[in-house]
Amino acid sequence: MAVRKILNSNIVRLVAGCSSALLLATSLCAQTGFPEKDELVFGFIKLTDMAPLAIAYEKGFFEDEGLYVTLVPQANWKVLLDGVIDGQLDGAHMLAGQPLAATLGYGTEAAIVTPLSMDLNGNGITVSNEIWQQMQPYIPDTHGKMKPVIKADYLKPVVDSYRARGLPFNMAMVFPVSTHNYELRYWLAAGGIHPGYYAPHKGDTSGTLNAEVLLSVTPPPQMPATLEAGTIHGYSVGEPWNQQAIFKGIGVPLITDDEIWHNNPEKVFGMTQAFTEQYPNTTVRIVKAMLRAGKWLDENDNAHRQEAARILARSEYVGADYEVIANSMTGTFEYAKGDIRQVPDFNVFFRHHATYPYYSDAIWYLTQMRRWGQIAQPKSDDWYKDIARRVYKPEIYRQAAEALMAEGLMSASDFPDFDTETGFKPVQTEFIDGVSYDGSKPNAYLKSLTIGLKDEVL
Amino acid sequence: MKFFEYALPERSNLDEQEHGNGPVATPVDASTPCAEDPGPAATLGTPDGKARRFLPQAWLKLVGDSAGLSRIARAWSLALVGIGVFLLLWQNTAGNIETSLGQFPGPVQVWQQVLNLKQEHLREMARKEAFFARQEARNAEMLAQDPTADVRIRPYTGRPVFIEQIRTSLFTVAFGFGIAMLIAIPLGILCGLSQSFYSAFNPVIQIFKPVSPLAWLPLVTMVVSALYVSESPMLSKSFITSGITVALCCLWPTVINTIVGVAGVDRDLINVSRVIRLPALRHVQKIVLPAAIPMIFTGMRLSLATGWMVLIAAEMLAQSPGLGKFIWDEFQNGSSDSLGRIMVAVLVIGILGFVLDKLMLMLQRRVSWDKQSVLR
Repeated sequence: MAVRKILNSNIVRLVAGCSSALLLATSLCAQTGFPEKDELVFGFIKLTDMAPLAIAYEKGFFEDEGLYVTLVPQANWKVLLDGVIDGQLDGAHMLAGQPLAATLGYGTEAAIVTPLSMDLNGNGITVSNEIWQQMQPYIPDTHGKMKPVIKADYLKPVVDSYRARGLPFNMAMVFPVSTHNYELRYWLAAGGIHPGYYAPHKGDTSGTLNAEVLLSVTPPPQMPATLEAGTIHGYSVGEPWNQQAIFKGIGVPLITDDEIWHNNPEKVFGMTQAFTEQYPNTTVRIVKAMLRAGKWLDENDNAHRQEAARILARSEYVGADYEVIANSMTGTFEYAKGDIRQVPDFNVFFRHHATYPYYSDAIWYLTQMRRWGQIAQPKSDDWYKDIARRVYKPEIYRQAAEALMAEGLMSASDFPDFDTETGFKPVQTEFIDGVSYDGSKPNAYLKSLTIGLKDEVL
Repeated sequence: MKFFEYALPERSNLDEQEHGNGPVATPVDASTPCAEDPGPAATLGTPDGKARRFLPQAWLKLVGDSAGLSRIARAWSLALVGIGVFLLLWQNTAGNIETSLGQFPGPVQVWQQVLNLKQEHLREMARKEAFFARQEARNAEMLAQDPTADVRIRPYTGRPVFIEQIRTSLFTVAFGFGIAMLIAIPLGILCGLSQSFYSAFNPVIQIFKPVSPLAWLPLVTMVVSALYVSESPMLSKSFITSGITVALCCLWPTVINTIVGVAGVDRDLINVSRVIRLPALRHVQKIVLPAAIPMIFTGMRLSLATGWMVLIAAEMLAQSPGLGKFIWDEFQNGSSDSLGRIMVAVLVIGILGFVLDKLMLMLQRRVSWDKQSVLR
């Protein structure tokens, strides 16, 4: 009996394996085989941009793919990454920089890949009420017209006065290779404030070499409490922790990351390379379910966002109050108290091809790692492209997309044109400092940035 | 063997005799532990030990006359007044504390959260049922498509409800406490019987006794990850980690109290054992253990209380499922309900701690040598 069962399951696997091989050969036949592994555990951090995971679970998209997924909140990004590496987690909601850094061996070394991006934008920079008061004289008066975009130029005199008094100016971000770190650094540097270099080859991974503002790591949910305690003067974090500061009356969000770089790529879904190779059908099915979740979240002009915010407000997901989560999820963002503005693209989960794993997005993160010294040596343009290809897996994305189209759940207009897509977005110009970014020329891009490493080694 | 049958009744006679004038109780319950572990051992050992022993009889007597009845009523009403005053104070103070998560929860808000948790429990149960129904339907469909398909029912993938977290915490503490007792009681007996053993182990015991669970935790975590490797582990790593941390911390009160209890066995009893030439193991089983049981139990009750306290901290830090993790998650959520929910957990922890202690008391009554005196 037992032998027969093993035999049977092996036959199923064999059939599944063959069909996936076929699928690779001819993407015309877009049927995905049975999942090789159907009980999965995914990790996440309590942030609104984990929404695709919660929705894929709650709306039964995972189950539709025959996957039985358990979602487990993680204490911080390091614990989450270690969980994926040692196999306690089959996959996780990750910072875009994490799979890249793990592949480079910055921090824990491991082959982590990503077959899809989870969202665009969704972060903000918040400072304490005290700092906001001190910034007031430097913010240009618009006489009640358009509210100005708050640049770091207006923070610089405050930072200078702290430095003149010999006091450290501390800000927090969530992880050394996080989007939030690079965004905060980009914003500070664009305003002429040096956020400090990393020098891993000298054993200095604090990232505060030559720094005018000292950046440190704090897990997202603890940001408001740390700000309230006065340990830090400001932070860069995902939602709902910027809106939480406003609701608690302890800080003021200055700027969203969308204003720093319009439609910037945010979280990715990370898995080990070994997992994607050992369980190809499962991988494709995970991507399918999450694509459907992303589409559900963005459908009909964010029509489902309120429902999504209700789901996220449950204590097992993000758990913050519904009002706090709904603020940003439904496309509004409260800057200073009462200054509520429409930001329909604050969280983008699907439109603008948000889920496609663009090589150029990966390369932007790599350029920032180089800019701030996390990559100690200068590298060739080809090196950047090679790393991007090792980590970002648009081929898996394509299989999932084609399966969804074959099932009639999605149409070709939902996706980039796979036959002509190179994985490089056209030159992007919508940065806060007006510098343009061409993903195919990373070294030229590094040279165009004023503060930051270029060819030199620290 | 025959000798033994003869010996037994004699010993209970001895006990009977001694019980009348109370000398058995004195050496065992006496304040000897104070030298080792002054505070808690003293409070638990001396007054309670006696009261406990005579409690059932005392109850019978009390119920017998009306004066006793009114005394019980008085005790109960005083307890109720105490609780009432506490609730009033709590409600008033809570109303005056503003945190960034809103007002500090008073009894009313906490009760609201109890109802909320119950609601969530019911909702989760419904979801669980739906989950299995969907799964069965899907499996049937798979079988219809492909009769050889490998179908099975997977466990529920939703989040653990509050009750399950309580259960996990109780299992973990039982596991940790169990390990600790397996080590502590034999070790205590050895050290109590032999002065040289005691001198050898005492420094180690004294050094490790005051170590906080938070100090052990990182070490235990790393050791468990390194040593506990298995493809499909029966117990999860986080469970083992917090269990062992609990064990390391709740070992000591039992060890120390057992040593004191064993060392303080009445000379007469030991002499009897000598006279009838009991073999070493028999001596421990028939003389030492029964005489030392009140002290051992005093230690075990202290250990269990320590273990329960340690567990909550360990779960918080190790992120292992349970009440500690529940509190941590709620703190992280930072919603306006969080403080109320944490308060619910605090009360549950307190009540369970109290119940665990009462259970140990009942267990002691069951195994205690003096039960016979009560039955007589």
